[in-house]
Amino acid sequence: MVMIETKAERMVINLGPHHPSMHGVLRLLVTLDGENVVDCEPVLGYLHRSMEKIAENRTVIQYLPYVTRWDYIATMFTEAITVNAPEKLANVPVPKRASYIRVIMLELSRIANHLLWVGPFLADVGAQTPFFYIFRERELIYDLFEAATGMRMMHNYFRVGGVAADLPYGWVDKAQDFCEYFLPKVDEYERLITDNPIFRRRVEGIGTISREDAINWGLSGPMLRASGVKWDLRKVDHYECYDDFDWQVAWDSGGDCMARYTVRMREMRESVKIVQQALAALPGGPYENLEAKRIASGPKSEWSAPDYQFISKKPSPTFKIPNGEHYVRMESSKGELGIYLIGEDSVFPWRWKIRPPGFVNLQVLPQLVRGMKIADIMAILGSIDIIMGEVDR
Amino acid sequence: MNQGIDLQASFVEALTQLGVPQAAARAAWMPLPMLVVIIGVTMGLLVSVWLERKISAAAQQRIGPEYIGPLGMLAPVADGLKLVFKEDIVPAKADPLLFTAGPVIVLLPVFLSYLVVPFGQNLVITDLGTGVFFWIAMGSVQPIGLLMSGYSSNNKYSLLGGLRAAAQSISYEIPLALSVLAVVMMSNSLSTIGIVDQQTGYGILSWNLWRQPVGFVIFLISALAECERLPFDLPEAEEELVAGYQTEYAGMRFGLFYIASYVNLILASLLASVLFLGGWSFPIPMEQIGTWLGVDAGGALWQFAAAGIGIGMILLKTYFFIFLAILMRWTVPRVRIDQLLDLGWKFLLPVALVNLLLTAALKLAFPVAFGG
Repeated sequence: MVMIETKAERMVINLGPHHPSMHGVLRLLVTLDGENVVDCEPVLGYLHRSMEKIAENRTVIQYLPYVTRWDYIATMFTEAITVNAPEKLANVPVPKRASYIRVIMLELSRIANHLLWVGPFLADVGAQTPFFYIFRERELIYDLFEAATGMRMMHNYFRVGGVAADLPYGWVDKAQDFCEYFLPKVDEYERLITDNPIFRRRVEGIGTISREDAINWGLSGPMLRASGVKWDLRKVDHYECYDDFDWQVAWDSGGDCMARYTVRMREMRESVKIVQQALAALPGGPYENLEAKRIASGPKSEWSAPDYQFISKKPSPTFKIPNGEHYVRMESSKGELGIYLIGEDSVFPWRWKIRPPGFVNLQVLPQLVRGMKIADIMAILGSIDIIMGEVDR
Repeated sequence: MNQGIDLQASFVEALTQLGVPQAAARAAWMPLPMLVVIIGVTMGLLVSVWLERKISAAAQQRIGPEYIGPLGMLAPVADGLKLVFKEDIVPAKADPLLFTAGPVIVLLPVFLSYLVVPFGQNLVITDLGTGVFFWIAMGSVQPIGLLMSGYSSNNKYSLLGGLRAAAQSISYEIPLALSVLAVVMMSNSLSTIGIVDQQTGYGILSWNLWRQPVGFVIFLISALAECERLPFDLPEAEEELVAGYQTEYAGMRFGLFYIASYVNLILASLLASVLFLGGWSFPIPMEQIGTWLGVDAGGALWQFAAAGIGIGMILLKTYFFIFLAILMRWTVPRVRIDQLLDLGWKFLLPVALVNLLLTAALKLAFPVAFGG
């Protein structure tokens, strides 16, 4: 068919670093031909805070308050990986109760993250209202976090060998109440959003990534699972105590924004299942490794001495990261969150490389938006789920 | 058909009795309805803004404005005052003339269109023979203003927004005009008064809504697109274009856009109720109620009551449509530009054409029911 070609000057438009839908300070240099996107070049680094370098002269305990600032939406994951890395390198055992508490916190954090994904994603395609609804549930999760950790977002709760404090009295009941309350709310979101024809048209077939591409680009998390790869580190690596629970990996073969939406909605349900099972089966005992040692060695234990009881009952600030290097990863809400840690038998790590899922997932953006409309940039970028704090670190 | 109260005639008569010449009395009358309509529209605007805030708050589980006046009713006034007192900024590289003219050209046609909006048999500024056509013509002036402000802002978001506004207005004006045309065909009149008169015979049953269901839906969709409200608010799509053609505007220049958009919404709702819901007519004809109650249809008190109820009715219908539009805005996502144009050209336009032809055929076949 012969088409009339319009010869128009291409327009380079600068989206960001401050733009309503750039999720923080992402900057995109977009080349437009009318409404069509010809090219797109992300510019990063506006939120770079030297998180890796800071780690090199902090002990783990000193560094923990920093890490929640990587991904400030799914805060528990950053803390978990920060303690997991030295734990695995030093072979610090984690008591069962601590592991359960961690899983509960991680899954609640995953729910909070997916909630704060679905709202802005809908806002990105133009519907403002879900953004207000999600805060309703997220607030309850943050209340739970506050009750257990004392902080709503920057918890500083995980410790090498366990968690900083046991769950307060009544917390488990509250968390169970939340789970019962939350599942019908997910149904509500699905009723409100999933079958909305305008929404379907905006996200179906948009930003499609094939299975091969998704693997080759190194995508992880919901981005990967939405392209038909059943890859969830919780199942693959068997870390913490995820094997104790009965749950499914949420995945979809669509590869488009709609598939990513369904995967995340399903993951919220699965997370609730995990939390419910973990709450029901929450074992007793110590919530922290040194405490476990104290209990195990009886009343005359050296851990009961004043030094350990009062001064450094909690994991010691002088915890030495042993010699050696390794890579530790976990399934955060956005994908594979990893730490490449090199220790040299010092309280400080020699190298602390962070592998943020958002950064790796974001690199696929230019390929996805080429040839789409300008409005699709927002839908695709929204579906990737980036947090600039984590992308730039 | 009784004529209802004729304020103009009474006013002129009263003045001539005082010894004022006829012509002077007529001239003295002229600014009065305009003033009343402008004040009325401004009040309607404030109410709509307040409703938007309250309804959106209710939809989003918030409270909305609460402390600015009772139930936050003064919030729109506070908004307006804030805009008045803000610094008036013209970007350094903008074209100051076009930049200023843009919002004015957007605002003026909307207010001019109120010339033909009837609130009762004689409660209209002027009963133009071209009536609704005047409104459509005025409506097509608006995108010129939008394009102007988008182009003169020297901002790429504004330019895209202005272009989108133009494309959108052009695409949705045609189905809008066609759906109005079907009504006009049934009414044998372009005049808004004539269109309402034709719908008064049997109360709610004679409203055009029942005879033009397809036209009604087309009108609502196109009017929503003309008003640039979600799901069709692409020209100012916040997530994509920051604020579209309004990006560089601040202070009262922005206020003019703001006023224009809400006044346009009220206007479209008013015309939707005039064209399809029988305008000021009560669901049961007022004459009928009058005979049931045994009141003299020509009596001043009854006339006054009937006019009051008429104004109440048209406002009720109008605010029903405004409520729908507001609810829609806070419920649905935004369509994409190609989907918007597809809907306009490939769906609404053919359907509106078929609807028009169908109306014509029905008019020939059943002249009694379809205004032969």
